[in-house]
Amino acid sequence: MSIEVKNLVKAFDKKTIIDNLSFKVDDGKILSIIGFSGSGKSTVLKLISGLLEKDSGEIITTGGDIAMVFQYSALFDSLNVFDNISFALQERKELRKKYTRKDLERIVAEKLELVGLSGIEDKYPSELSGGMQKRVSFARAIVTEPKIILYDEPTAGLDPISSTLIEDYIVRLKHETNAASIVVTHQMSTIRRTSDSVLMLYNGRAVFEGTPDELCEEKTDYTKQFVNASLDGPMKMK
Amino acid sequence: MKIYYKATYTYKLYKMLEAEIRDFVSTLGEIMTYGIEVLKGLKNFNTSFKEIIYQCSRFGVSSLPITLSIVGMTSIIIAMQVAGEMVKQGGGNFVGMLMAILTVREEGAIMAGFAIISMIGSSLASEIATMKVTEQIDAIKVLKVNPVQYLFTPRIIAGTVMMPMVVIVASLFGILGGAVASNVTSGLTYKAYFDSVWFGLSMRDLNVSILKSISFGFAISLISCSCGMGAKDGAKGVGIATTKAVVWSFVAIVILDLIFAAVYFY
Repeated sequence: MSIEVKNLVKAFDKKTIIDNLSFKVDDGKILSIIGFSGSGKSTVLKLISGLLEKDSGEIITTGGDIAMVFQYSALFDSLNVFDNISFALQERKELRKKYTRKDLERIVAEKLELVGLSGIEDKYPSELSGGMQKRVSFARAIVTEPKIILYDEPTAGLDPISSTLIEDYIVRLKHETNAASIVVTHQMSTIRRTSDSVLMLYNGRAVFEGTPDELCEEKTDYTKQFVNASLDGPMKMK
Repeated sequence: MKIYYKATYTYKLYKMLEAEIRDFVSTLGEIMTYGIEVLKGLKNFNTSFKEIIYQCSRFGVSSLPITLSIVGMTSIIIAMQVAGEMVKQGGGNFVGMLMAILTVREEGAIMAGFAIISMIGSSLASEIATMKVTEQIDAIKVLKVNPVQYLFTPRIIAGTVMMPMVVIVASLFGILGGAVASNVTSGLTYKAYFDSVWFGLSMRDLNVSILKSISFGFAISLISCSCGMGAKDGAKGVGIATTKAVVWSFVAIVILDLIFAAVYFY
């Protein structure tokens, strides 16, 4: 098992955002975390990636790098695609001496080919479309061969066709890297096309855990409300 | 009878002051923490030479036109007003000395400092603040690179190294500007002006000027980067961080200037 979260708690200014959350994700599997905006989905990713400190609970990982794909790609806009993808290899002290310029060129070309963007090494993020930026950020994320990949709303702001392409690449990366992946999303298509399991959060608590098929069966009031995008149900928008 | 003290202006003023003081203390703490982190990081120096050179060219070369314009014009304005009076009173032979002391001890460094803050400090703060609000800093952290050492160190090295050079060039330009203005407005010969330049200057003045500019360069780049790193809440946060960087840098260099004046010339 690559990630196990046990009784995780996180509060901001005395307001509990993540409340006693537990789940696990195995190698080569994708868990989708769904829920309303503000339900704590992105906070879970930030806690796993170490960007936030947990208040209590445990996050157990089997070692190796944790990669994260950000909602709006977060590519470094002053660096070209080559430098963005090879950033960790160039800047991390323990990796810097390990790779020659030729190694970096080969690795970047491989990763770009994996995300279907060969030959754009010299371009800057501002010269790329939103979908291409997202795929470059995928390439940057997997450059250190991570054991865990976290995706924060990977299809946000993309048209349906680009979203489908991104979903295909999420599945492709799962097969290529055998990493345990967590996808935070609102999109039913992303859940159906990519996920092995689904976790629904409401007010920082898990209110549903199961497969995408079980989610679509709408057996609970929570799943029924989410799948039908209804205002009526146990989940109240603030 | 219940007193609704929270509705009073006194209470609101108190809360506003409290928030300002809290913000002041936390900003000061952040700047000092980042400064210590940068200095600690110098032990395991991991910054690429290419990046330092790029930041040096940005700090020194890009800022030079505006710095020279500001220092040069200030010198011209001062010389226009002073030279005429001094020539009238028979002190024409000391105009060069006065301008040199003024420029080297004070004007060159402080006016160059103001120019660098407006041009480079604000740019450093907004650049890092934009990276913060667009999650680029988070991306650096997730890739296991220390963002303070990656972003701050080359910028602070560039600021500390380039500021004295900018100040030396700007001071020379200021003295030259004073000569031209004195000649044009008061008919003072260039020989009379330049003969007196060294009367009042000593090596100590030059050393203090260089030391002062090193401290200005360090302070401006550290404060600007730190304020940028503290940005939150989107575009508005970038604006607030940039303003804060400019204000804090202005205040910092004036305080440093006061300390140098008290220590070396009092």
